Amino acid sequence: MELEFTREEEAFRTEVRSFITQHLPDGIRQKLNEGRRTSKQDLVTWTRILHQRGWATPRWPKELGGTGWSPIQQYIFLEEVLSAPAPETLSFGTSMVGPVIYTFGNEAQKQRFLPRIATLEDWWCQGFSEPGAGSDLAAVSTRAIREGDDYIINGQKTWTTYAQYADWIFCLCRTDMQAKKQAGISFILIDMTTPGITVRPIQTIDGGHEVNEVFFDNVRVPVANLVGEENKGWDYAKFLLSNERVGIARIGASKARLRRLRELASLPSPDGARMIEQPRFRDRLIETEIALKALEITQLRVLSDEAKGKNKGKPNPASSVLKIRGSELQQATTELLMDVVGPYALAYRPAGDGRNDAPVGPDWADAIAPLYFNQRKVSIYGGSNEIQKNIIAKAILGL
Amino acid sequence: MNFDFSEEQVLLQDNIRRLLADTYSFEKRKAYIQLEQGFSDAIWQAYAEMGLLAMPFTEEDGGIGAGAEETMIAMEAFGRSLTLEPYLATVVIGAAVLRHGASREQRKAYVPDISEGKLKLAFAHTEAAAGYRLAHVQTTASLISGGYVLAGEKTLVLQGMAADRLIVSARLSGTPDAPSGIGLFMVDGHAQGVERRDYATQDGMRAAEISLQDVRVDESALLGGSSDALPVIRRAVDEAIAALCAEAVGAMDATLQITVEYLKTRKQFGKAIGEFQALQHRAAEMVVELEQARSMAMYATMMSRSENVNERTRAIASAKVQIGRSSRLIGQAAVQLHGGIGMTMEYPIGHYFKRLTMIEKAFGDSSFHLDQLAALDRI
Repeated sequence: MELEFTREEEAFRTEVRSFITQHLPDGIRQKLNEGRRTSKQDLVTWTRILHQRGWATPRWPKELGGTGWSPIQQYIFLEEVLSAPAPETLSFGTSMVGPVIYTFGNEAQKQRFLPRIATLEDWWCQGFSEPGAGSDLAAVSTRAIREGDDYIINGQKTWTTYAQYADWIFCLCRTDMQAKKQAGISFILIDMTTPGITVRPIQTIDGGHEVNEVFFDNVRVPVANLVGEENKGWDYAKFLLSNERVGIARIGASKARLRRLRELASLPSPDGARMIEQPRFRDRLIETEIALKALEITQLRVLSDEAKGKNKGKPNPASSVLKIRGSELQQATTELLMDVVGPYALAYRPAGDGRNDAPVGPDWADAIAPLYFNQRKVSIYGGSNEIQKNIIAKAILGL
Repeated sequence: MNFDFSEEQVLLQDNIRRLLADTYSFEKRKAYIQLEQGFSDAIWQAYAEMGLLAMPFTEEDGGIGAGAEETMIAMEAFGRSLTLEPYLATVVIGAAVLRHGASREQRKAYVPDISEGKLKLAFAHTEAAAGYRLAHVQTTASLISGGYVLAGEKTLVLQGMAADRLIVSARLSGTPDAPSGIGLFMVDGHAQGVERRDYATQDGMRAAEISLQDVRVDESALLGGSSDALPVIRRAVDEAIAALCAEAVGAMDATLQITVEYLKTRKQFGKAIGEFQALQHRAAEMVVELEQARSMAMYATMMSRSENVNERTRAIASAKVQIGRSSRLIGQAAVQLHGGIGMTMEYPIGHYFKRLTMIEKAFGDSSFHLDQLAALDRI
């Protein structure tokens, strides 16, 4: 057993870290550090910076713009990005539809879409969930009916993250109404400017606009936009979701937040007391740090197996452990932030309302409660924690 | 970065597990508890033959020179079988104390006998007023011609009665909490003035209250001739905690296995109770806790021999807190998922729960180690 990274891996970490330090715009770093939402333009800017360096799509095959990094290097890169904190590239493009296209798509689709994903010229969103298909994803009922060289699509998607920015959406649609649940689904790429598509914002409990409903009313999509084979979409979706779990523990993000927590908790409040000296708060902070350390080592154990080619091709059930504890810790850090901000959690400041009133309380205070509310999502998305427990019970314990 | 065992280490693991599978059924364990010492000398000899008692001592001293990982492997296997022998006191703590605190002559005097299973040790350190503070020693050592006289009371000495020799901490100078002025003495368990009151512990093992009334020892009994033994005590306790973390992981792993087996076989309402989602989720939570604990036991092992005291303390304290949390969650869930049978002495699961509970109380509980971590950050 050996805990240390190799000298080459440490050199790689230094290289990544100094690149981020030099090239990440301060404004973006500050927003992320304060737990505020970044803009569309922020992500475009940062993606192009990474792309210039050849790091926008590190996991892709080398000939398609990947880096050829080892799993450990991939992990180090992601952790450095998250703990900077810098934005991740848009996962819907780089780690979801991109890999589906280069694995199952045809040559024309690869040439058309992949380069524009890498540079974020095309903003992609994910058309999976529906009002009647949440955790039970195979229950999708959006229909795609073949009519000559087109599909006519009718139905509704929901929880569509950043559909308001999107140029394209990848959708699971039912193409065989008679087939069994999983069997009649296809994976179709749809241009968001196609007539018949309506995007309706959903305001979430943090007051922000991140997710949307997307309605399809007789939307005509060329059959050329079908990925792979008709009615095989469920297989591609499963492939995509297994990629989604990469880095799901988001340890770097929790680390960055704990660092910030210590800073804020060490500031004297108006009465001169420092939160970090309160024994109950202090113990919870340290317990959270310990749990994160344990999770980091669990993550490294999974990674080390992956690097050695153990469990090759099979989704590692340990990723469910990472998802559950990783999301719990992300949420725990926001609860601690709520304790640090104390009564100044109260004042609500809508984003972008054009007013320039003085902040109520410390200038970082208004971002905390929305962050706390927003992060409740992490134990729901990507397969809710209850679904992950079902997976552990079945795949690990054989129950 | 590498979390795999070497081929030799895998072999060691297989050998220990095989030995224990043959000798440590739940029924046999019950019989060992009834023996006078509370464990089987035959098994202690089997450990000696397998080389387990020589592992952490250096080859130069007559040992095998194995590292912390081998100790982890052995302790994890012991935890799985809930073994009763004084391995922690004799081999883990004994080796750490001798390695870090004894002169070469002293090591040569003790290591061969320990390795052959002829000499068992106990660590007589804790005192009633100490709590978990390692520096608190009121037992005195007074210099006389040719040696020392020891006087004081030691409490909760694990396997104190079975020990041939006691490693006794005693104060040569200073106030009861002074970091310096502590010596470690090798004391014959049968020496004049040593009184031992043996008793059973909650987890089926033994401990002793030990009274030292003007016990005379030779000059050579003072390990390393040193009156500054606190750093040695700290290192030995850190290595002991790392070993206990591994033992706890073995016990938790077995606890989970037994529980899952029960969920698959116990039928109620016409089906295996493991088909009920409420119980599946509780079992899944046990998996999460076990993996977290396993990670921290590995971390503690890898850090336990670090020369950097602060880094070592941080790692060991963190691991102890995680193990405490996981032990509680897994032990309690296991009893709950078993229902009534989990409450009985005739079924193994409660015995794992009891051992796990006692591990949390050994060498600093979670609150104590949280305080240690806060102190490191000067909070």
